[in-house]
Amino acid sequence: MANENLQERQETVAPAIELVGISKAFGPVQANKDISLSVARGSIHGIVGENGAGKSTLMSILYGFYKADAGEVFIGGVKTRIPDSSAAIAAGIGMVHQHFKLVENFTVLENVILGMEDGGLLKPSLAKARKLLKELSDEYELSVDPDALVENLSVGHQQRVEILKALYRQADILILDEPTGVLTPAEADHLFRILVGLRDQGKTIILITHKLREIMEVTDTVSVMRRGEMTATVKTKDTSPEQLAELMVGRKVLLQIDKKPATPGAPILEIENLQVVDDKGVERVKGVSLEVRAGEILGIAGVSGNGQTELLEVLGGYQKATGIIRVNGEEIDLTGKYSDGQSRRHRGIAHVPEDRQSEGLIMDFMAWENAIFGYHNEPAYNKNALMMDNLAIRAETEAKMERFDVRPPNPKLEAKNFSGGNQQKIVLAREIERNPDLLLVGQPTRGVDIGAIEFIHQQIVELRDQGKAILLVSVELEEILSLSDRIIVMFDGHIMGERDPANTDEKELGMLMAGMETDGGAA
Amino acid sequence: MTLMQKFLGAAATMALTAGIAAADPAIIFDLGGKFDKSFNEAAFAGATRWAEETGGSFREIELTSEAQREQALRRFAEGGFNPVVMTGFSFASVLDAVAPDYPDTKFAVIDVNWLDQPNVRGVGFAEQEGSYLVGIAAAMASKSGTVSFIGGMDVPLIQAFACGYVQGVKSVNPDLVVIQNMTGTTPAAWNDPVKGGELTKAQIGQGSDVVYAAAGGTGVGVLQTAADENILSIGVDSNQNHLFPGKVLTSMMKRVDNAVYEAFTQGVDMETGNFTMNVANGGVDYALDDNNAEIFTAEIKTAVDAAKAAISDGSISVHDYRADNTCPVK
Amino acid sequence: MDKMPKWADVVLIPLISLCLALIVSGFVVLAIGEDPIRAISIMVNGALSSTNKIGYTLYYATNYMFTGLAVAVAFHARMFNIGGEGQAAISGVGVAVVLLAFDWPHWTIALPFAILGGGLFGAIWAAIPAYLQARRDSHIVITTIMFNYIAAAMMGFLLNGILKNPNSQVAESVNFPAGAHLPTIHEMLAPLGIGFSKSAPANVSFLLALFCAWLVWFLLWRTRLGYAIRAFGHSPHAASYAGISAFKITMIAMIISGALAGMLSINVVMGEQERLIQFFVEGAGFVGIAVALMGRNHPIGIILAALLFGMLAQGGFELQFEYPEISKEMVLVIQGTIILFTGALDYMVRKPVEKIFARLREGQS
Repeated sequence: MANENLQERQETVAPAIELVGISKAFGPVQANKDISLSVARGSIHGIVGENGAGKSTLMSILYGFYKADAGEVFIGGVKTRIPDSSAAIAAGIGMVHQHFKLVENFTVLENVILGMEDGGLLKPSLAKARKLLKELSDEYELSVDPDALVENLSVGHQQRVEILKALYRQADILILDEPTGVLTPAEADHLFRILVGLRDQGKTIILITHKLREIMEVTDTVSVMRRGEMTATVKTKDTSPEQLAELMVGRKVLLQIDKKPATPGAPILEIENLQVVDDKGVERVKGVSLEVRAGEILGIAGVSGNGQTELLEVLGGYQKATGIIRVNGEEIDLTGKYSDGQSRRHRGIAHVPEDRQSEGLIMDFMAWENAIFGYHNEPAYNKNALMMDNLAIRAETEAKMERFDVRPPNPKLEAKNFSGGNQQKIVLAREIERNPDLLLVGQPTRGVDIGAIEFIHQQIVELRDQGKAILLVSVELEEILSLSDRIIVMFDGHIMGERDPANTDEKELGMLMAGMETDGGAA
Repeated sequence: MTLMQKFLGAAATMALTAGIAAADPAIIFDLGGKFDKSFNEAAFAGATRWAEETGGSFREIELTSEAQREQALRRFAEGGFNPVVMTGFSFASVLDAVAPDYPDTKFAVIDVNWLDQPNVRGVGFAEQEGSYLVGIAAAMASKSGTVSFIGGMDVPLIQAFACGYVQGVKSVNPDLVVIQNMTGTTPAAWNDPVKGGELTKAQIGQGSDVVYAAAGGTGVGVLQTAADENILSIGVDSNQNHLFPGKVLTSMMKRVDNAVYEAFTQGVDMETGNFTMNVANGGVDYALDDNNAEIFTAEIKTAVDAAKAAISDGSISVHDYRADNTCPVK
Repeated sequence: MDKMPKWADVVLIPLISLCLALIVSGFVVLAIGEDPIRAISIMVNGALSSTNKIGYTLYYATNYMFTGLAVAVAFHARMFNIGGEGQAAISGVGVAVVLLAFDWPHWTIALPFAILGGGLFGAIWAAIPAYLQARRDSHIVITTIMFNYIAAAMMGFLLNGILKNPNSQVAESVNFPAGAHLPTIHEMLAPLGIGFSKSAPANVSFLLALFCAWLVWFLLWRTRLGYAIRAFGHSPHAASYAGISAFKITMIAMIISGALAGMLSINVVMGEQERLIQFFVEGAGFVGIAVALMGRNHPIGIILAALLFGMLAQGGFELQFEYPEISKEMVLVIQGTIILFTGALDYMVRKPVEKIFARLREGQS
């Protein structure tokens, strides 16, 4: 995609952004250590790194959210001080945050001009923005209905509004923080086309992501960060995903899982015509039927918000539903007294929830307290009817942390002080060690370092090989494809279809995730 | 042990230093605080008047907690203050218990006249008699045939005000209607002029054209609203005629200031025993001055003065609600 | 991993806040032309310089411990119980009903029943808002505030009605039987040969408060129920994942909270007044919020904060007494400043202290 002649010519002029010796510490934590980086004008530069590597801190310094302890920033060759975000905007920097900062009940136009109104009256600003929006959408495939309310737009369109906002503020440099986390593959491809278009018009783009595929596909150059340091900056065409992963983690990483073919046994989980209406009265799951057998991993693919979350919640015992669910052939209570999480656990269902920070763990609890969360009523953890056996729990947790390689292996450390991967290992250790018949796993590797992903995937496959049934929900197609023995795609509360991972690819799954039928049929 | 000795030693020194102010009188204000625009403030006025006239000095304290009643009594008694005056019936049981411990100190308590202690002077007021007098005035000044009463906190004392007032009204014409409202059930009811105003408006809506407020600071709102809505009002405790000249029909004066002044003046030789301040001895009365001379007609004055004489000589007996917690008229 | 050591969090920061508050109130005293050093020393002496004064300080502190613990237990379940005032008031009715029902032979027999009665009434008064929160989603802050007013009206109704002492002009019950008299600290220490002021109101309830503090600690950090309460408080969402019933925890935490607030009437109604009077809580329910805040919702912190607030209450009275130029309102300003600094302005002190510790640590490494 890169135009080499163009690039070589540009390298002789001043870089769009140059960072020299940036350092930033939060208390004892050195988030950025002497970072230097140069991004050529008119290029797409990727920054990869594990969680906590310092990517976000670096970009926040560039956007004026944090003040660097040391170092200098040059924009277009000019030394620039960026004390706050308005200074960043003035310097031509625009940022598209991971979580959009839009006013939901405003129209697209109103959002675009918000904070940039030309005077007391809105009309001239709106007219000006409308004109500009039209030009931009023609140029870059950035088409959005200017009069639509933001809350009625799809996530992909909302993201375009964010980009339009930045362009309206005359940004020459666009920073995108994990932009594809919420997009379908098709939407992501569309985004990349927009980015390439912007790049070709001379804009400079910095793309922060942890998805190596995207880096390889769209960037011109890429920097790798690890533990606050910039470990390498390379031309994308000269590198490979394996090399980048190694640079990120600091050791060789297996990106593919080695697993034997599944040997499915008796059905453990049977769902018939499940329907879920949430608290707001919205129908989330519209008649789902499926089956998971012993010794197999059923993967559910789908963009988040299409009913997978509610499906897991029903099985986990904290969402009411109608329909029939059988576990080991016995029907379970979906609305009554025995529809809570405790009853589910008694049925042999273990659950690694999608959001470990707000569901799976209590961030202010110590590791040992978290290690029994949900199982705290079990006799093994209690001295008598009243008291918990704290010492026994602590000892058991210490052993578990050892087995699951949780670092640091200190049961008295609060959950919030562990990295994402280690937090997930605590949850996984708790749920897998129960030896459940059925394991529900939601987004097992979201926000987890590459090194830990490998370990977590191995644990899940091992449990399958012991003959347990596993229901996996993930928005990461790579993960679904490499782990699952069968794949179901959910869209708008329905099952769009079932595929055999051997006979499908991301493209086909992506179409199903967007609600389009394919002719693949059931495998 | 040594620590304890230290404490005890310190306590002894404190007692000694406090003793310097011996024989000054002291006054304890109840939880409402001394600037309550009513009862405590009247007591404060009496004490101040004494200090100004005699050039003497007195000590005072405002309570913030029930537990401090006994504490303050003991502190003053141990500090050699004499007499120790306190305002309000809430002191009754505490004083009854503490007084015997300090036989050389004399205590005076306002609004309590049932204790039997050799060193206690109890001063009660026949509020029902004063209220009876203003009730007559209200009945005669009313053109609509409906008058009203607004009390502060719903306690027997205020019920006695109300009952005396109703008796006075009905003595003029048994067919007159008396609307009664209490502001609340907490001490906040003593100081809620906004609610006082609202109640007044509601009563005006029901036809009242003379309103009697026995509600402390709340009464200010009652008088204000009555003046704004152009009906007559009756003040309480002190002479409130001057607040809205020509709008306040009269005030039921309860001379708490005199009671305190009297106790301070008698000093260490204060006469003990129980006293009732009533119409006969001028302890309660109605107010007549330049501010209400025009509205308080000669006809009203004649009738009220006749009742005053009849109460004084015993030919009219006004029922006290507190005697049996009931009121013979409504 | 924490930003600073625990002792700094629990001791150093409140201490710095307290000093700042004293400096600010010193300036206020100076501004009205009085001597701040004298004022402060009178307050401190007034709270601690004799067994009588200590007796009063402990008496107030006992109240604040009960209400502080009540607020803390609810807070651990992420509920803001503003209703300590009303729960304590209603519990007084429970205590009075129990104590007036029999001619109790000895306090050791009367006390457990009074605790049951007071605790039950306080718990019921807290359980209604809890139910409305759990089942009807009515915000507990609003309902508990409303229940304070209802409690005040109820007290007025009962004490002017069926509970009224017919021989008194005041809205109060008859005195409790002599056998229900709780030993004061004087009576407890006398047999040991230790002298203590006879007239100070502090009584055996102080020990009950300490015991309750231990009980709360035990409940929260040693029992399954406490684990569930804390889990729910930290993350209701996670609690539902774990199968912890929101309804159950909301009800239980508030019931415990109300019962703890109700213990205040053991100290005041049974221990001090020995009869039920109308307004015996006197804002202790609200002070409990500040106490819990300052004590970081931990029983040890609450004991210390309650002692401080007890000193403020008693020292404030002495200041008014010994230094007549400083009025009741002025004392309120000083007390308010201390509450403001130690409770609400915590972060003002916390941030700089955290920074200093971060520097120190960097220096070491």
